[in-house]
Amino acid sequence: MTDDEKKEQPSPEKPAEALPDEEKRPVEAAKPAAPAPKPAAAKPPAKAAPPKPEPLDNELVRRLRARFGEAIGDATTDRKQAIVVVASERLLETCQYLRDEEKFNLLTDLTAVDWYDRRPRFDVILNLYSFQHNQRLRLKAPVDDTCPSVTSVWGTANWLERECFDMFGIRFAGHPDLKRILMPDEWRGHPLRKDYDILKQDTDWVRENLGIESGQ
Amino acid sequence: MERTPGVSTTVLGADEIILNMGPQHPSTHGVLRVKLKLDGEKVIGSECIIGYLHRGVEKIGENRIYAQFAPYVDRTDYVAAVSNGLGYCQAVEMLLGTEAPPRAAWVRTILTELQRIASHLLWLGTHALDIGAITPLFYTFREREEILKIFEKYCGARLTTHAFRIGGLLYETYDGFEEDVKRFCQDLDKKIAEYEDLLTENRIWVERTRNIGVLSAEEAIDLGVTGPVLRASGVKWDIRKAFPYAAYDKFEFEIPTGRNGDTYDRYLVRMEEMRQSRRIILQAIESIPEGPIMARIGKVLKPPPGEVYHSIEAPKGELGYYIVSDGSVQPYRLRIRPPSFINLEAFDKMVRGHLVADVVAIIGTLDIVLGEVDR
Repeated sequence: MTDDEKKEQPSPEKPAEALPDEEKRPVEAAKPAAPAPKPAAAKPPAKAAPPKPEPLDNELVRRLRARFGEAIGDATTDRKQAIVVVASERLLETCQYLRDEEKFNLLTDLTAVDWYDRRPRFDVILNLYSFQHNQRLRLKAPVDDTCPSVTSVWGTANWLERECFDMFGIRFAGHPDLKRILMPDEWRGHPLRKDYDILKQDTDWVRENLGIESGQ
Repeated sequence: MERTPGVSTTVLGADEIILNMGPQHPSTHGVLRVKLKLDGEKVIGSECIIGYLHRGVEKIGENRIYAQFAPYVDRTDYVAAVSNGLGYCQAVEMLLGTEAPPRAAWVRTILTELQRIASHLLWLGTHALDIGAITPLFYTFREREEILKIFEKYCGARLTTHAFRIGGLLYETYDGFEEDVKRFCQDLDKKIAEYEDLLTENRIWVERTRNIGVLSAEEAIDLGVTGPVLRASGVKWDIRKAFPYAAYDKFEFEIPTGRNGDTYDRYLVRMEEMRQSRRIILQAIESIPEGPIMARIGKVLKPPPGEVYHSIEAPKGELGYYIVSDGSVQPYRLRIRPPSFINLEAFDKMVRGHLVADVVAIIGTLDIVLGEVDR
């Protein structure tokens, strides 16, 4: 990466902060005191500035809105990280555009969040990265139980979508080989759903395949 | 870019056979099962069957309070526990809107780089062993032992260390920590030269690794591989430089890259990474700032609602934590982005057209840990 590209990076995950003066503090002075005073914490308590999601309105979001209109929902930053909500119907097109035109050529991660009471129930989360702009972008697509597959855009999505299907039961339309990846093929239920209790298991499978009554 | 479609491992042609490798096979580094479709000795397709070590780590995370989950992350990539701990603790710190004090950041950087060296040493020893070079294993474990001793002296544990806490460190460095680390680093250069003497120009080693499992830069990015695998394909990308965390922006180091993206280049990249890690440690050990080792974060961690994705450059690649908080004491969603899992996805692409004997070289060069693949 060139230096120019580095300068462009919008918000490094760690704010460039000068070293606190702790280093220069005369340590010797504090020593003679018999009960050594506890060194003051470097930062005020976290409550001082609770990070709030803020609306995001940059060039990229404007371009996305101009092109996909209503399909682009809220754009926010949370903890300085950009999040854009995309309607699942146009997710594939949006991804294609983001990879080809905006150079988000690495799909870092694809996962889901189960909001249980909400409709649509799940958020499919895509974490994208652009080498060219050294920039991350998180896409959120609210879906009920089917989501278009992005395997045609990024090869990585193949296993990630299989894992997402395995854990949440979200079907990825257009996936070449959608089957379980971590759980046994015959397992019933999707463990990361919120209505799947942590002690729950497929007792029939356990009995049949492990020859025991319970894995707990 | 054109992708090679998957090959069915159930439908067979007249001359084709299916070979099952693993899950109990020494060169699969754990419980990986690979179904190979062979034409004679040539691999024409493959399928990885994983999940034998699935423990539902993410589900456990969603049912534990933040601090309770920290020891669990050590058990994902169990040969690089310190790195996992760093990623998780920093992700929660970002969620809380706090940051570890400089002294903690320095010590974290030193221990994480030691862990990178330890992880690469383990990789080198076992990878060479798989290919038939037995000697390096004894040498690399000798040096790895020194690192584990430092961990043991620091926090009492050698493998699943739980070395860091959310907000900083629990333990101050012990008396003689600097000397131990320096002594280790002083010898390391010579030791790495020893390994290189054994392998780098060894004809058998070169024949067995050069042009094996080639990934072009374009393919590597499409398949999402990160870490040394990506860099060996010529992509100069390292999260320590792209999004500096801990104290990495304070030190000078290079990002080694390869050109051919083959097993040999991945070997060279990792060897150079060990030297660069040593360089970082030597700079850091001279300049550990004084001060507190723990930020003031309170006894009960209740991050404000919201979400964060934080990733670090783990020895195997990009290790990310995506945490969604609903304001309660437990994470609402805790996702681990495992480098081994995603790097293993490239296996099928890399193995096509090679011989059965090369399969072990390719599994080795990906440097996977099944605890992290399956979680």
